[in-house]
Amino acid sequence: MPYIPHTSEELQEMLSVVGVRSLDELFADIPAAMRPQSFDLPGGRGEAEVCAYFEDLAAQNRPDMVSFLGAGYYAHQIPQAVNALSGRSEFYTAYTPYQAECSQGTLQAIFEFQTAVSRLLDMDCANASVYDGGTALFEAAMMAVRATRRRVLVVDECINPIWRIMLGTYTSGLDLELRLVPQASGVSDMAALKAAIGDDCAAVLVQNPNFFGAVADYSELFARAREHKAFGLISVYPVMQAVLKTPGEMGADVAVAEAQSLGQPLSFGGPYLGIMACRKAHIRQLPGRIVGRTSDLEGRTGYVLTLQAREQHIRRAKATSNICSNQALCALRALVHMSLLGPSGLARVAESGMALARYAVERLTAIKGVELLNDAPYGNEVALRLPVPAEQIIDRMASKGCVPGYPVGRYFAGMENVLLLACTEQNDRRQIDFLAETLGGLL
Amino acid sequence: MKTIFAKSVPGRSAWRLNSDAPKAADMLPAGLLRQDPPRLPECSELDVVRHFTGLSRLNYSVDANFYPLGSCTMKYNPKFTEYVAALPGFSRLHPMLPQLTRGVAWAQGALRCLYEAEQWLCELTGMKAFTFQPMAGANGEFAGVKLMAAYHAAKGRKRTKMLIPDAAHGTNPASAALAGFDAVNIESRDGMVDPEALARAIAEHGENVAGLMMTCPNTLGLMEVHLPRIVEELRRIDALLYYDGANMNAIMGKMRVGDVGFDVVHLNVHKTLGTPHGGGGPGAGPVGVGERLLPFLPAPRVIKNGDSYRLNYNLPQAIGYIGPFYGSFAVVIRALAYMMRLGGEGLSRASEYAVLNANYLKKKLEDVLDIPYAHRLCAHEFVASAPDGLHALDIAKGLLDRGIHAPTIYFPLIVKECLMAEPTETESRETLDEYVQALTEIVAQGKADPQGLAAAPVSLPVRRMDETAAARQMVLTEDMA
Amino acid sequence: MSGNPDNLLYSNSHEWARIEGDVATVGITHFAQEALCDITYVELPQVGDSVAQHSEFGSIESVKAASDLLSPVDGEVIEVNSALENTPELCNSAPYADGWLIRVKLSGQPEGLMDAAAYEEFCATQSH
Repeated sequence: MPYIPHTSEELQEMLSVVGVRSLDELFADIPAAMRPQSFDLPGGRGEAEVCAYFEDLAAQNRPDMVSFLGAGYYAHQIPQAVNALSGRSEFYTAYTPYQAECSQGTLQAIFEFQTAVSRLLDMDCANASVYDGGTALFEAAMMAVRATRRRVLVVDECINPIWRIMLGTYTSGLDLELRLVPQASGVSDMAALKAAIGDDCAAVLVQNPNFFGAVADYSELFARAREHKAFGLISVYPVMQAVLKTPGEMGADVAVAEAQSLGQPLSFGGPYLGIMACRKAHIRQLPGRIVGRTSDLEGRTGYVLTLQAREQHIRRAKATSNICSNQALCALRALVHMSLLGPSGLARVAESGMALARYAVERLTAIKGVELLNDAPYGNEVALRLPVPAEQIIDRMASKGCVPGYPVGRYFAGMENVLLLACTEQNDRRQIDFLAETLGGLL
Repeated sequence: MKTIFAKSVPGRSAWRLNSDAPKAADMLPAGLLRQDPPRLPECSELDVVRHFTGLSRLNYSVDANFYPLGSCTMKYNPKFTEYVAALPGFSRLHPMLPQLTRGVAWAQGALRCLYEAEQWLCELTGMKAFTFQPMAGANGEFAGVKLMAAYHAAKGRKRTKMLIPDAAHGTNPASAALAGFDAVNIESRDGMVDPEALARAIAEHGENVAGLMMTCPNTLGLMEVHLPRIVEELRRIDALLYYDGANMNAIMGKMRVGDVGFDVVHLNVHKTLGTPHGGGGPGAGPVGVGERLLPFLPAPRVIKNGDSYRLNYNLPQAIGYIGPFYGSFAVVIRALAYMMRLGGEGLSRASEYAVLNANYLKKKLEDVLDIPYAHRLCAHEFVASAPDGLHALDIAKGLLDRGIHAPTIYFPLIVKECLMAEPTETESRETLDEYVQALTEIVAQGKADPQGLAAAPVSLPVRRMDETAAARQMVLTEDMA
Repeated sequence: MSGNPDNLLYSNSHEWARIEGDVATVGITHFAQEALCDITYVELPQVGDSVAQHSEFGSIESVKAASDLLSPVDGEVIEVNSALENTPELCNSAPYADGWLIRVKLSGQPEGLMDAAAYEEFCATQSH
């Protein structure tokens, strides 16, 4: 019997210790009327057979396209050491480190992760992770709502539309107002954002680079928020954060990110990694698990879960969040990834994508009818206006084995001709030449 | 151990990209760039490998230790599922591909995994459909509660009360509150939901009751005997019944929550379906619904047409997005692989042996610990209390000294000095007997030498930590020291 | 042994009030601090906030517990004990002195509070 060690003798002896005659008698508390009406599942299969089944399914997917698809989720190289270390079962078969003395490995790793995240985002402290970028943005908004006791969130339409929709779903029962400030050709409308902030606002939410790839400085916007005692919240792209002006430098109160780009495979949507960092003044509002450094009774340095009184297992309905399981192993991967790349390695990854994006812009805008959506500075991703619907081009390039980007019109009505194109260090000039030639041929 | 930051040497590096890209300063205006590089570690690859290998050795884990942590189902995680999840055909697949008209063709294998996993879970639980969007158990609870809100909203009413038995996990009231509900506590009697307390709550809040969130078997490890009556009471006011799947490992093949009247359920695949806990995550919290909640499931849903699969985003009554795509996909395929390996019979057998192991352990410990409801059979776990004069915390720490992870001691709140043990089906009788032996010695030590036990653990990398100082001083990063 | 001062009034949620004219000083009792153990954080209202009897005005945390603070009086907060920000342990060491929480300008005289003797009797019926 797979994964069950009992021999038939042991089974009989154990049943007699318990005082029942059969395994089914152990379920005497479930009366016949409550037994399954159906349980029509296939029989078990051997390990090799199951592996072969999935190998076959995996082969039906095509992750090997020449792809410029990003839109918040990026194909970056992952050093094999990330897989090897996160694949140590001392990490991945442990539970949440409730018993500190036998969990110092996980605890110290989380402490180091909190340090790395705080330094990358230039904030005072960070938590041990939340599920993803969308839930991180929601949790940040709730921090502001609790701290300010206000109910209006000013939301820049330039944030990732998937996270914007999640924010809408998550806040829909909470009597909050989401004040959406429309984007202007793929850039934040700073004047309208400033104008939307009033004394009723809990926070303003922006993203850098924004969904369209544009890079901006939100310092003035956050200063305006501060004048009204509202929070400045920013979502960033961790890889680009190696070079871009930091949330700390801009004066943000809480910074969050989808950290898939730090050592997480794309894996068709997850698991990913939501990171959250904030100023020390807001630490009591920060949801989820947090590790602190302290000492044991002999004075040795060690680590524990701390500030747990904010959490659901103690505070129940009054907790800062309902989060329990988080993304601990993904956080470990991110930490190992950052430790291997270091500051210069991470910056080179960012710069490589940026340089390729510039080359792509040069090649593609040379095609008649293709132009930049705006003249804003950009990182490794950029929005291009095509003379025809982007979906049409994407469809037609499929047969060439190429995904030229994401059709922005899917989430932004009126932007059907806009293609969002991302480059990472996994792309190269040859691919961009191929993209330009193919696209040129289609237009 | 020194931190990775303390091991950093400026100029050292483990990994360097071969790129001729210009510097960021040549591509963007200075005002958009950070002043100083982030102070991340600068280490060689071997430095990093040694550091994290060293850290890993400081942990207890299922692969190295008996880990009877109640309510967490720390069963053995089969290795082949790691292989399956890491197949490049899955791990390199961009989640947005099937949003592109032609892109659906490039993700057929992955969509089929989701479709088949949904079929398995539906038959396992008796529900009509599942969404995989929720990224963990508590996230599934939130999704489930939002579905309940949507049901009432579609009937043109707003109900604000969510009934929650006092033995429930803390995530239940927290999830209800997060969705805008007031949690109403229902007291227990004799380890069961008190039907009188339930009737009083319904009488008081009447048609303002949106639903009830239940854990069954409950957190005391007992099957809820009043279930049919509870279902009837809630149906009478058109309220909904939520099943917290944390304890699903007790009932596979023995009861299907859909058959007995539950409207919505979340499963913790990292508990019941053999996927690893990862030191606290990632999990996956798929949510299943019956007929009444079907229209409200979040978009997208996987549709099968002949032999091909696609996504349906056109769901006008959907509650929105709980997660960005299709949930923790790599966790879900591990669970699917696990289910296929065991088959229906194997899943049912897992529950049988999980319950056998728990009852065996409970029986063997009757003379060692105080066991409330000892006369009843337990499900996959049971709660004991430390004998008079002893503290559950000290017993827990004594176990750590003997190479065994402690049972759950901070929960349930309704039993004092509780030790909640869940051995799971994958543990052998020898391991259970060793656990009994360890507890027998620890209790004897606690009675003879309470100070000695209070000093435990003494054999681990650290002894008991000053948690008060941690909370007061708040050193949360290397830079807050 | 608990030494609940005679000149204070007590609530059944274990807060105390010292009434001096139209101002009340509010804190938690010895019984409460002992039940919570090592207090790590006290969340207090802002000056100018209004408080109502039996309603929440803040919260208090230890490592393993958290509870709401319920006001024994009605009125407006005129002072908060800012020393608790960095030394919450004052609530443990001196609950009736330096560990006070807030001062309230009363909008009416509180009713239904206990004197020290009645409170001690009440505590005897509660177990930690």
